Amino acid sequence: MPSPLIELRHIKKYFAGVKALDDVSLTIQPGEIHCLAGENGSGKSTIIKIISGVYEPTEGEILFSGVPARGLTPISAISHGVQVIFQDFSLFGNLTVSENLALSSELSSGRHLVNWKHVRDVARQAVESLNVKLDLDAELGTLPTSGQQLVAIARALMSNPRLLIMDEPTTALTRREVEVLFRLVRELQGRGIAILFVSHKMREMLEISEQITVLRNGRVVGSGPREQWDELSITRAMIGHDPSAETYHWQPPAEPMPPRMELKGVSLAGGYSDISFALQPGEIVGLSGLLGSGRTELAMTLFGMCPSYSGTIRIDGQDVRLANVQEAIAHGVAYVPEDRLHEGLFLTQSIDHNLLACSYARLARSGLIDFAEAGRQADGMVREMQIVAPSGDRPVMQLSGGNQQRVVIGRWLMSDARLLVLNGPTVGVDVGSKAGIHAKIRELVRRSHIAVLMISDDVPELVQNCSRIVLMHRGGLVDDFPTADVTESAVADKLKALT
Amino acid sequence: MSDRFDLRRLVNHDANLVQLVVLTVVIFALMTALSPEKFLRAYNFESMTFLAPELGLLSIAMMLSMITGGIDLSVIGVGNLAGILAGLFFHAMGGTHGPALAGLGGGIIAIGVAIAIGTGLIAGFINGVLITKLHITPILATIGTAQLYVGICLVLTGGPAVVGFPNGWDAIGNTKLFGLALPLLLFLAVAALTAVLLTRTPLGINLMLIGTNARAALFAGIRSGRAVLVSYVMSGALASIAGILLSGRVNAAKADYGTSYLLEAVLVAVLGGTNPSGGKATVLGVVLALTALMLLSSGFQLMRFSNFLVDFIWGSFLLIVITINAFRNRG
Amino acid sequence: MSALLKRSETVIFLVLLAAVIITGLLNPAAWQLSNIFSLLRANVITGIMALGVLVVMISGGIDISVPYFAMAAMYVTILGMLKTDYAGIFLPFVVSTAIGLALGGLNAFFVHTVRMIPMIVTLGTGTMVRGFLLGVIGTSNINRDQMPGQLIDFASTALVKMQAPDGSTIELSAMVLIYVALALVVHFILAHTMIGRGLYAMGGDREAARRAGFNVRRITWFAYCLSGALAGFAGLLYVSMSWLANPRDLAGTEMDLLAAVVLGGASIFGGRGSVLGTMLGVFMLVLVNNSLIILHVSTTWQRVAVGLIVITACAVTAWRDRRAAAA
Repeated sequence: MPSPLIELRHIKKYFAGVKALDDVSLTIQPGEIHCLAGENGSGKSTIIKIISGVYEPTEGEILFSGVPARGLTPISAISHGVQVIFQDFSLFGNLTVSENLALSSELSSGRHLVNWKHVRDVARQAVESLNVKLDLDAELGTLPTSGQQLVAIARALMSNPRLLIMDEPTTALTRREVEVLFRLVRELQGRGIAILFVSHKMREMLEISEQITVLRNGRVVGSGPREQWDELSITRAMIGHDPSAETYHWQPPAEPMPPRMELKGVSLAGGYSDISFALQPGEIVGLSGLLGSGRTELAMTLFGMCPSYSGTIRIDGQDVRLANVQEAIAHGVAYVPEDRLHEGLFLTQSIDHNLLACSYARLARSGLIDFAEAGRQADGMVREMQIVAPSGDRPVMQLSGGNQQRVVIGRWLMSDARLLVLNGPTVGVDVGSKAGIHAKIRELVRRSHIAVLMISDDVPELVQNCSRIVLMHRGGLVDDFPTADVTESAVADKLKALT
Repeated sequence: MSDRFDLRRLVNHDANLVQLVVLTVVIFALMTALSPEKFLRAYNFESMTFLAPELGLLSIAMMLSMITGGIDLSVIGVGNLAGILAGLFFHAMGGTHGPALAGLGGGIIAIGVAIAIGTGLIAGFINGVLITKLHITPILATIGTAQLYVGICLVLTGGPAVVGFPNGWDAIGNTKLFGLALPLLLFLAVAALTAVLLTRTPLGINLMLIGTNARAALFAGIRSGRAVLVSYVMSGALASIAGILLSGRVNAAKADYGTSYLLEAVLVAVLGGTNPSGGKATVLGVVLALTALMLLSSGFQLMRFSNFLVDFIWGSFLLIVITINAFRNRG
Repeated sequence: MSALLKRSETVIFLVLLAAVIITGLLNPAAWQLSNIFSLLRANVITGIMALGVLVVMISGGIDISVPYFAMAAMYVTILGMLKTDYAGIFLPFVVSTAIGLALGGLNAFFVHTVRMIPMIVTLGTGTMVRGFLLGVIGTSNINRDQMPGQLIDFASTALVKMQAPDGSTIELSAMVLIYVALALVVHFILAHTMIGRGLYAMGGDREAARRAGFNVRRITWFAYCLSGALAGFAGLLYVSMSWLANPRDLAGTEMDLLAAVVLGGASIFGGRGSVLGTMLGVFMLVLVNNSLIILHVSTTWQRVAVGLIVITACAVTAWRDRRAAAA
């Protein structure tokens, strides 16, 4: 039997005493499509960085074709045939496609002058070898994400890699683009290139991989051929226990109340059309759909960021016009964005400032903020949301992902939100905190009659927390069903059917 | 949030402020040691209190624009335009020279002040609109308006200075009240007001949050455009007050007075701990930086160093301090 | 065709063309050869300094120390020449350029190693160098009689010399040729060398440039040193052409340089800009001043006009960028 392409043996990696990888062993055969699965923080990206020579393992060894590689650096990793396509592609939006393709190789050839003919030839060859069509003279920034990804792949292939690592490659792609990508991946496999596919999307892993290795808290908790796995077993391996069977059941309020929010024939040019559904007080409704289904645009509309919508939106029985963010907030709509670091948090500011960000106007007495009261309210919210922090004046960046998310949700609870739109409420939150955040959301809803619209791709999350799930596809609302009597796999099947 | 003054917490919290206090004390001691008989004279400190407020106001104006990660390069133009417009108004009321002009009454002076500050408000508003409504990068917008405002000064005056202001106007820049220079009192009042605004009002906190992360501010429902606009209007108003003090002190207004203040205002703001990328600024830091630099330059001037050499020292000072800060933050 | 129309160079060229035509229709004097020659000559100094600012801006930085470096390099060189009674031309330009280059290195150090915002760094170095020049080295003007004659002779070289109908001589300064040559060199660097492409790559995405294997430290040093060197060269050429070495000159022109480069389509955020665009931007500023004179508008309006042009150009660019982002 030939020796494996790459073999990690008992790799340990510590960061300032914190264990990131604990005794990880991993084998990738030539030409195999291997999937590395795990929650955020499970150690996936640390493994990528060790294989590509960015980090040096604290213990353990790496073998390429059976030969141990000592002191691996990014350059020597490349010479061993390892290429990584990062999530952000590391491309230049202000340069042309051909330059993006050829610059690295021109650089490594030690040239000082650019031979434009050579650049174009190299680029044309790279693109032709992928059997795709790309305008070589287009500025990269003008291409869609899928096109930029093709350029990134083409660039990686130029150094004739034997292992191509793709970090969450499907995140920003539509379903159709994912299919194109998978066709390409299989074709590369046909050329003998091994692919290490890093993902947390169950469906995609099962669709493309031959081997699946699951990581949890820096350890390998399961590894084996595709046939051994199904969604349940992967989930179980990833989170460490059976997905909880607990679900949320909506109790209609004792006294009849108008729907918290009601949409009638709401449309947005270029986003979605003719959306109608309602959220009752105390209800958690899940909203899912593929990227490009219009779900994000719908959420943005509810938060007043797409004022050009048409149709009727009613909140607590009143017709409202959500013309801007302030208007939406005034009507009790709150939005927790998916990209917490860039859209949710003021990282260098204190926990208190982050919690109170939209409350200061309310806390002002004749123009001046009542800081005693502000402090009391912030402390109260820290307790209420069970945020673990030594004190409220610490910068919020010192908190863990789960606690940070509690801060962002807490911010809106302080402003008397009545409709909470949560976009990816637990993206990037570790498994333990995830359950805690879910419990908190359910408790809030049960207690205070706020309604929650939960946008998520995470089927267990939706099924466990929502009383109903609404599916969007290509800008339309295609399904609306209660979760009481569906299983997670049935929901996953419904989602999979949306192509 | 305890109101008790806790030195250790202050030290941990704002090493920059402590560094500035130490710096000020060291400079003071150094200057005293180098020429005690000249430096410690009351006259020396008094003249500083008449000079420093102009730069101080411009530095606070600069800081206000930097809180949200911007910059206001038009402050000098605004200040001079304010002085020139007021001067032309006085000349229209009382002639270009003579007792009629000198003796213009309090009501007219008040209108002059209103014209000057109104000029600052309008100029700041234009900056704010260009930045928040037309989405021009602050540095480019204010380079453009700086040219525009200086240009208007030149068109109005044809180049030479507007000389001769009423006595009442000159008094703003030259008299003492309660034994202290009026400009100093004005400056301290403005500084205190700005400090309250920045730390205790929703607008101030919002500006700080916008400067930290403009996108998150949008998603937190903060009216960013309006807050940023107001900060530039305030910057313009402060610049015009500086213009009043300057024209009052020298009894004249000109398109290119105080051009070296632009660099100095940025230096004072940055030395005072303002983060030019936004999100961090304190009035106290700016006042301390101003004090340190005024002591430094007056000390060197007493030792017969030229103004230019003082510029050199200021520039090197800025570079040394940012270098120290950079290495301190890294280590 | 539409791609050509979208380029900022095309837009500014069309605006320039319209301005030239309108001015010429209002006052035919604008189209006289003598006026065109003096227009071209007026581009030289601002143009050379703007090339340096362009390179820095493409790399994602900003350089407002240029005029101060120019004056420092020039003044030290001239003083040296007077002290040593040196009578050459070539060596002084090398010295002045080298001084500028060294000062540019100072910027690069603070920008790269200290990681401070370029605007603040170059403000600091500019202030410092100017203070040192005027406070330590000297403030006195060196006028025509004291100026090294060979520099003046050199800068007076004419490329074309002819008799105007009214008997006066009109000539095109050969310095225009130097400007064009330097522009070609910078264009070559930007478009055809790896370090030039590295400037664009770094200005586009510094981290990605590092990952792609560019040496970002070297690129930063290159940008600021080139800018300093061009400043040093332009400084000496400026006094040779104006017959007067005043160390206080050019103060404040850093804003004009930025305006010219931005007018020429360079992005203040880095990664975009071209030599042709910058040359057109410089020409635009020169033309505004010239046209106002030709049209007998008081020169006091110059600044107002420049301010309005800068604001309009930036507003249009911002609007176009936002529309492109929305589409």
